[in-house]
Amino acid sequence: MARTISYREAINEALAQEMERDSSVIVMGEDNAGGAGSPGDDDAWGGVLGVTKGLYHRFPGRVLDTPITESAFIGAAIGAATRGMRPVAELMFIDFMGVCFDQIFNQAAKFRYMFGGKAETPVVIRTMYGAGLRAAAQHSQALYPVFTHIPGLKVVVPSSPYEAKGLLIQSIRDNDPVIFCEHKAMYDTSGEVPEDSYTIPFGEANVVRDGDDVTIVAIGRMVSVAEQAAAELASAGVEAEILDPRTTSPLDTDTILESVENTGRLVVVDESTPRCNLATDISALVAKEAFGSLRAPIEMVTAPHTPVPFADTLEDLYIPDPQRVVNAAKAVMEWKR
Amino acid sequence: MTDTLPTPAAPGLDADALLDAYRMMRTIRAFEERVHDEFATGEIPGFVHLYAGEEASATGVCMHLDDRDSIASTHRGHGHCIAKGVDVKAMMAEIYGRRTGSCHGKGGSMHIADLSKGMLGANGIVGGGPPLICGTALAAKQQGTGGVGVAFFGDGASNQGTTLEAMNLASVWNLPAIFVAENNGYAEATSSTWSVSADNIADRAAGFGMPGVIVDGFDFFAVYEAAGEAIRRAREGGGPTLIEVKFTRYFGHFEGDQQTYRADEVAQARDRLDCLKRFRARVTETGQLEDSTLDSVDTQVADLIDAAVAEAKAAPKPTADDLETDVYVSY
Repeated sequence: MARTISYREAINEALAQEMERDSSVIVMGEDNAGGAGSPGDDDAWGGVLGVTKGLYHRFPGRVLDTPITESAFIGAAIGAATRGMRPVAELMFIDFMGVCFDQIFNQAAKFRYMFGGKAETPVVIRTMYGAGLRAAAQHSQALYPVFTHIPGLKVVVPSSPYEAKGLLIQSIRDNDPVIFCEHKAMYDTSGEVPEDSYTIPFGEANVVRDGDDVTIVAIGRMVSVAEQAAAELASAGVEAEILDPRTTSPLDTDTILESVENTGRLVVVDESTPRCNLATDISALVAKEAFGSLRAPIEMVTAPHTPVPFADTLEDLYIPDPQRVVNAAKAVMEWKR
Repeated sequence: MTDTLPTPAAPGLDADALLDAYRMMRTIRAFEERVHDEFATGEIPGFVHLYAGEEASATGVCMHLDDRDSIASTHRGHGHCIAKGVDVKAMMAEIYGRRTGSCHGKGGSMHIADLSKGMLGANGIVGGGPPLICGTALAAKQQGTGGVGVAFFGDGASNQGTTLEAMNLASVWNLPAIFVAENNGYAEATSSTWSVSADNIADRAAGFGMPGVIVDGFDFFAVYEAAGEAIRRAREGGGPTLIEVKFTRYFGHFEGDQQTYRADEVAQARDRLDCLKRFRARVTETGQLEDSTLDSVDTQVADLIDAAVAEAKAAPKPTADDLETDVYVSY
């Protein structure tokens, strides 16, 4: 029986193993140690949700607390990456991209192209996304589609502890800027994770479940939602194939198209809001490239076109749940021209 | 009869170094004046912002820098590029959008860069550079190279949050960073006397716990001295400095700007304050350099710029094969 650890522990272990392996890897962010300049512990938090806990003492001088100054320290991580470092900066909540986006999309993302292919910017920006913690409109969004839109960025959305560790190690070793999106409601999710270091390549979707009736492409935490839906569908005689793209940029279009060519039906499950998101992107891909294989219209299960609400009754309605995925899958199965 | 001569212009600058400084400033001036002329013919595409008049700043700072050091620049970046050693012919080709350009024609005037020289790029975003310099300074500190990072930015950027955040972070982390505020009087068409809420940009240094210095930007020696002090302190672990360099730009915000927002201050500056004229007067007065030597530099620079323009015009443009390359290292 393989070892079981949490999504949080898997990310921490990936950071530790890479810091051990490569002295150019540094970690920075708000309270990544926690307690800087304060009278109490100097590794008080390990990040607001404890992901970097313990690294500060293990790697002296390489875990840097920052003021609350996202533009400055995200920019600093990017600048350091141009000068031989491999910084992993924590942009606490993805919603805070609004105060530092210039450094990400006008600077890091464009250096290589603007400078004629002569720049390498191996920076990783870890950031927490997603609804479910009653954290309301400015701490809960699933904004990975915004980053996916930007040429020059790679965007990683890990769906499990195993995926998180392997994809983060790959992200740190990658020579392009990577936005690593951690679902904050998954930190206590446990799963089997090898103790040894390993990488998961970008742009290779994981076939989470085999099935011939309907393809369900699910992003990040929605993979587990899709799995719950698939179990119910199976009991109704519908075998769903679940694909986890792992990275939204690059996107493994081949695996998606091959699956839809086999099943003829597509449901995309995406926690982000419905305009210009991964659901529309993947749907457009399939409509264009596999139109002849489709036996039913594509279904998209997404959040509504609203900010994330606070009240539990509303937030629970906001987040795609297994029943909505089941309904979508049944709709494509039952569709008649 | 050295005892009858005035005090040498700057300690630590021998005749060779003075000649280097002059050549650098003259190259920037000639480059910019030529781009101004060529732009008027319609052959140069896009937006071009010229540095003429401000040469003493880039030169006075970058004369202290070497390969350990990095700089970030602005949309008015040609002078910083030349001062940090970016190839002049490749720069001109880039401005013409040619495949032989510094960025293979993919960047243009506002994005000329040479990371191998520690030149992190001209930058089309006002205030884009200072956070990056916190990073290059951090890298130098982590790696123990003794290197420094220099952020050049304008009076406009001095009001951007990124710049203010970067100065705070540089102090908090005690980084070997130098913030050079090039106050040429106008952010686009808006006077810095209106847009900057303090009397001087340098006054803001106190708010970030670092020294703030004001220098006459037309005086190479003043810039050189202030920058030398700041860079020495940074290399020794003494943290960041804000230097405000005050001067006037000789051309508009961009080429084509009719400059109706300002009076004829440029003619006065060119006549009475110009950095090249003052430099020449001083080094010839002290006897450190001869007029004829400086004249020959002028000729060499003019030839270089002629060749740069001719080669740029003759160079091929990028083709369809280049459109989708250079986005990622791997994808």
